[in-house]
Amino acid sequence: MPLLEIKDLHVEVDGKKILNGLDLLVEEGSVHAIMGPNGSGKSTLAHVLAGKPGYEVTQGQVLFRGEDLLALRPDERAARGVFLAFQYPLEIPGVATFTFLQTALNAQRKYRGEPELLAPAFLKRVREVAGKLGIPEDMVRRPVNVGFSGGEKKRNEVMQMALLEPRLCVLDETDSGLDIDALKIVAEGVNRLKTAERSFIVITHYQRLLNYIVPDVVHVLARGRILRTGGKEIALELEAQGYAAYQEEPV
Amino acid sequence: MPAVQETVESVRRIDVDQYKYGFETLVESDKAPKGLSEDTIRFISGRKNEPEWMLAWRLEAYRRWVTMHEPTWARVDYGPIDYQDIYYYAAPKKKDGPKSLEEIDPEILKTYEKLGIPLREREALLGIEGTDGARSRVAVDAVFDSVSVATTFKEELAKAGVLFMPISEALQKHPDLVRKYLGTVVPITDNFFATLNSAVFSDGSFVYVPPGVRCPMELSTYFRINERNTGQFERTLIIADKGSYVSYLEGCTAPMRDENQLHAAVVELVALDDAEIKYSTIQNWYPGDQNGRGGVYNFVTKRGDCRGPRSKISWTQLETGSAITWKYPSCILRGDHSRGEFYSIAISNGHQQVDSGTKMLHLGKHTTSRIISKGISAGRSNNTYRGLVSAHRRATGARNFTNCDSLLIGDHCGAHTVPYIEAKNSSALFEHEATTSKISEETLFYCMQRGLSAEEAVALVVNGFVKDVLQQLPMEFAVEGRKLISISLEGSVG
Repeated sequence: MPLLEIKDLHVEVDGKKILNGLDLLVEEGSVHAIMGPNGSGKSTLAHVLAGKPGYEVTQGQVLFRGEDLLALRPDERAARGVFLAFQYPLEIPGVATFTFLQTALNAQRKYRGEPELLAPAFLKRVREVAGKLGIPEDMVRRPVNVGFSGGEKKRNEVMQMALLEPRLCVLDETDSGLDIDALKIVAEGVNRLKTAERSFIVITHYQRLLNYIVPDVVHVLARGRILRTGGKEIALELEAQGYAAYQEEPV
Repeated sequence: MPAVQETVESVRRIDVDQYKYGFETLVESDKAPKGLSEDTIRFISGRKNEPEWMLAWRLEAYRRWVTMHEPTWARVDYGPIDYQDIYYYAAPKKKDGPKSLEEIDPEILKTYEKLGIPLREREALLGIEGTDGARSRVAVDAVFDSVSVATTFKEELAKAGVLFMPISEALQKHPDLVRKYLGTVVPITDNFFATLNSAVFSDGSFVYVPPGVRCPMELSTYFRINERNTGQFERTLIIADKGSYVSYLEGCTAPMRDENQLHAAVVELVALDDAEIKYSTIQNWYPGDQNGRGGVYNFVTKRGDCRGPRSKISWTQLETGSAITWKYPSCILRGDHSRGEFYSIAISNGHQQVDSGTKMLHLGKHTTSRIISKGISAGRSNNTYRGLVSAHRRATGARNFTNCDSLLIGDHCGAHTVPYIEAKNSSALFEHEATTSKISEETLFYCMQRGLSAEEAVALVVNGFVKDVLQQLPMEFAVEGRKLISISLEGSVG
């Protein structure tokens, strides 16, 4: 069974049609890149998968591990293994990153009927993961994302991904606002998480990230639909020619 | 926006009609006839066997009260109070004073058990378990409808020389001490409700800590309003003599009511040279039903006098209940180098109204004050912070730091800030920071995407928001405090 199956998805925001019959199939253990011009619906797709309010699905179906994903609340989707790395991660003043993550992980575990992870065991995990990502320990004690630079916020997203161990990671323009060095660290972190059960949907506008997180499949999302699917070479083509070909209405 | 509406709904569903402490105790009670007159005053004073000067004091207050007008400047709305339609005294019937807990009406003991108050001395010795299982020592003076029911730990405190007893008892055993300090921080002429209290106050706590003594345990009092139409007029007086320290916690609950219940208390604190008083409140009076009917009116006058040099008074409050909260725990910074602190978390939900804050009056030289106020509004409530920081023209080197933050949950509530800053001395340094924010949908979604339910997300964000103040509560009560915050905002009990 494929991990994720999107069939003929139509989505409106404030009455405006954004996704216009989108189909997508993601198998377990694969890395998919979704590239597209601005306004094509890339972020909308990411948010609809995560369950953000304000997006109206007017038609279509999304199956996650065979289950109707759209019928679930955002926290239920999270407990089932959906993770969204935000393009603009939010700050939560007064709440230490460590506390936030422990609370979140245990909420998910409780939902799944698993025993909760106590602080000492969790701290050990956090140290391992943070160390590999080059995140200093004091940052883990600080309130979530408060005063973090763009690069630090993205690294924090990857750390959360590593600790929550999701099945499907949706990376929403993770490369935006990052310099090469930061990009490399984030990419390495993501690559370390690749397993036979885990899949990634890497949403990006630029080809550069895909040099570091190498995709198995590349899709072009334009005018609310997947217009083309293929291999890595698509990314290079887009780099050279841009999205113009996909903006025009077919004759 | 569906998810936000869900959150707002779950917050709305709060506890409002499932008030955990809503039940009555069926106890025969000894009541004064309804209404207020000189006869009522004489009745109360006579019942308590008070000295002549106390009766005279009360009568003077009453005569003053009939000339006063109820103030209307606060940002709160309520129907007219019929002062003649209230019982000003209700005591559970008993033969003589109880000599042991066995003598106390078992109904009353049951009530306190339900409220989770450790009345039995052994239980009190075991104390309230902290999160790490640590046991602490808290002395409890339980007030049940105007009369203190039992006082624990008397012997231990007596060893240290600390006096902790109902004010009615203090008037018998230490009348001179009471007379010396009563009304010196909140005079009988102070304001309409304080004057009323001075005339009809029923009971409350009296604490005296001798010079150089650090009170060996937290002192605590629980209150309860039970009888229909009985207003609570408790009066508390705490004196910390030179170089002493005392920490006192006040926690209240009340049963469900249809008529509004007036709670016009007065608390006076006196700190002499180098002394420190820490006064904490967890207030959870019945807030009214989901239509905004009923609920307690909490109109309280609390004031601390840092009378001696280098004295310190700090107020910490967690207010979650009452239909209307109207109070300004304040500090008179009289002694040179004295310090006042005010830490507050005020949560309003449903149709609650809050107009609360503090006054820091810098009179002496080099006095300092610190105000951290966190207001959380939800439902259709209105939450106002009203603060006064003033420096007398001779108050050289006065320093104040104020931080008041408001958090709004949902679209139908209000948060208001009314700061007054009066510096009549040019060397005064007063800093004021204020923020107003909403728990954004984005933040809630971020938390939910990580696996937290909407309620868990709100609780998490709110906990972060109030952290600075919550850690001011005595450790034993921080746990209860955190629970109370969750209950007020999570829509389910426990």
